[in-house]
Amino acid sequence: MNAKRIDKLATAVISLLVGVVVLILLSLIGYILVTGLPHISWHFLTSPSQAFLKGGGIGDQLFNSFYLLVLTLVISFPIALGAGIYLFEYAPKNWVTNTIRVAIEVLSSLPSVVVGLFGFLLFVVEFKLGFSILSGAIALTFFNLPLLTRSIENSLTAVPKLQREAGLALGFSRWQTVLGVIFPEALPGILTAVILSAGRIFGEAAALIYTAGQSAPILNFANWNPFSPTSPLNPMRPAETLAVHIWKINSEGIMPDASAVSAGASAVLIVVVLLFNFSARWLGNRIYRKITASK
Amino acid sequence: MDKIKRQLTSSSKATRQDRIGKLVAFLCTFLIGLLVVSIFYMVASRGLATFFKDHVSLWDFLSHQNWNPSQVGKDGTPEVGALPMIVGSFSVTVLSAILATPFAVSMALFMTEIAPKRGQKVLQPVIELLVGIPSVVYGFVGLTIVVPVVRALGGGTGFGILSGTLVLFVMVLPTITSMYVDSLRSVPGFYREAALALGATRWQSIYKVILRASVPGLLTAIIFGMARAFGEALAVQMVIGNASLLPHDLISPASTLTSVLTTGIGNTVMGTLPNNALWSLALILLLMSLAFNLLVRVIGSKGRLTK
Repeated sequence: MNAKRIDKLATAVISLLVGVVVLILLSLIGYILVTGLPHISWHFLTSPSQAFLKGGGIGDQLFNSFYLLVLTLVISFPIALGAGIYLFEYAPKNWVTNTIRVAIEVLSSLPSVVVGLFGFLLFVVEFKLGFSILSGAIALTFFNLPLLTRSIENSLTAVPKLQREAGLALGFSRWQTVLGVIFPEALPGILTAVILSAGRIFGEAAALIYTAGQSAPILNFANWNPFSPTSPLNPMRPAETLAVHIWKINSEGIMPDASAVSAGASAVLIVVVLLFNFSARWLGNRIYRKITASK
Repeated sequence: MDKIKRQLTSSSKATRQDRIGKLVAFLCTFLIGLLVVSIFYMVASRGLATFFKDHVSLWDFLSHQNWNPSQVGKDGTPEVGALPMIVGSFSVTVLSAILATPFAVSMALFMTEIAPKRGQKVLQPVIELLVGIPSVVYGFVGLTIVVPVVRALGGGTGFGILSGTLVLFVMVLPTITSMYVDSLRSVPGFYREAALALGATRWQSIYKVILRASVPGLLTAIIFGMARAFGEALAVQMVIGNASLLPHDLISPASTLTSVLTTGIGNTVMGTLPNNALWSLALILLLMSLAFNLLVRVIGSKGRLTK
């Protein structure tokens, strides 16, 4: 065989393997949507789940997932922003900074189940918070912080150096320059990073099983007092999220329509995560186009 | 006069603001560092209790095959042999990485060398979608498709290392691909130009030059993928069968460190031996993740392209 033939053959093999991957993805998403979407109805999305009977919904779980997402972002965004700004602007180049960077990298590669177990040990056992939304949100914060910090720092670094120099030349302090000049410029990147991390948080289950718990007590959506145990807003109640619900009914569920419920719930989960991903992409592109005036 | 003096000697509002801002930002960063230290400290203190408080020998823990922490074995020591889980974790990790690498390399080559524009446009979203699908959904699909298929083709229950490998294969694929794409992009353009100018075909320049120049990048990518596979909990737990037996083949039920942890922690009492033994498994997970990190660093510092 001559070199040209081999070249063609290699290209064909590579294209074939790529085709297989694309096919896997398409059939994966297709399968979930085709099996799941028929189960989705207004009733399914709003009614509470059933432990033993048919016809349970995912209303509480869906609410819990979103509530947990909001709480997690509220806790983790300021910390990640602070850390990102410090690493970008203030961190001196010495061993302390290096160690912190290594620590962030290590944290980002820790298995989420270990992070969840740590949250369980610290909040549920030591601080006696019990299985609660708050414990879950803090565990998810641990899991989210390193990635969010890194992407915020990257967005800040991506702003042209001239902007920073111009700010400093105008007599701003470093803090004013970062907050007043660089942060607005980096905002699109930061926003994209936050939305993408939202998708990750929404689908995470391993870190939540032993922190937010695996039970969804009956919620009364007319009760908005955050201190009442039946109120959806109470951060101290145990809360099973959508992802945990899928795991639970598949590993120990005994309701007769477990596979239908999990197909529907998986479809909802996928649709929400895809929405987050697409909106991040769309927003990023749109803002990029607006800023650079390119098509 | 005093007013001017005060103005000149005291720091301005902006300076004070800057100091406070710097302090707050530092505290945030410090918090993350503290977090990592406390994770290691707390998991280690629980995990080491098995060896120091309950006097299980480390070697027995790592090499024995019987995992039944609530019972005492024939020789009078508790049955806490973690070998089945360790073998299970390593086999799904290594097998899925071996399976995923050719696909990941093809994807990356397609995106950077063969069809940079079109490939990038189509495959970038593919990678992002594969990353975005939550692990429980992978587990659910594994349970409803992969397990029955394995059962039909291979016999047995369908639960086992093979199913775990197939699910993890799809999960580590985007990790390896996207990291390898970055490393292919960092291969200098003149390497390609030089190979083509010598009359090499595209495959020759890929095979003889680009692949070789990017070996450290590929290794790093594979290790990151393995780290993800090693730490993945729920998707694996749902398809592997959860039997703490030493796996003899790929289609009999097995277990991994993570699967035993997710199912076990809730059923044991804090501070007892069965619970401590589980924390020892978590400690192994933690140390392995550290080891993967270290490996990436070593490769990164040794294999940097010298210009």
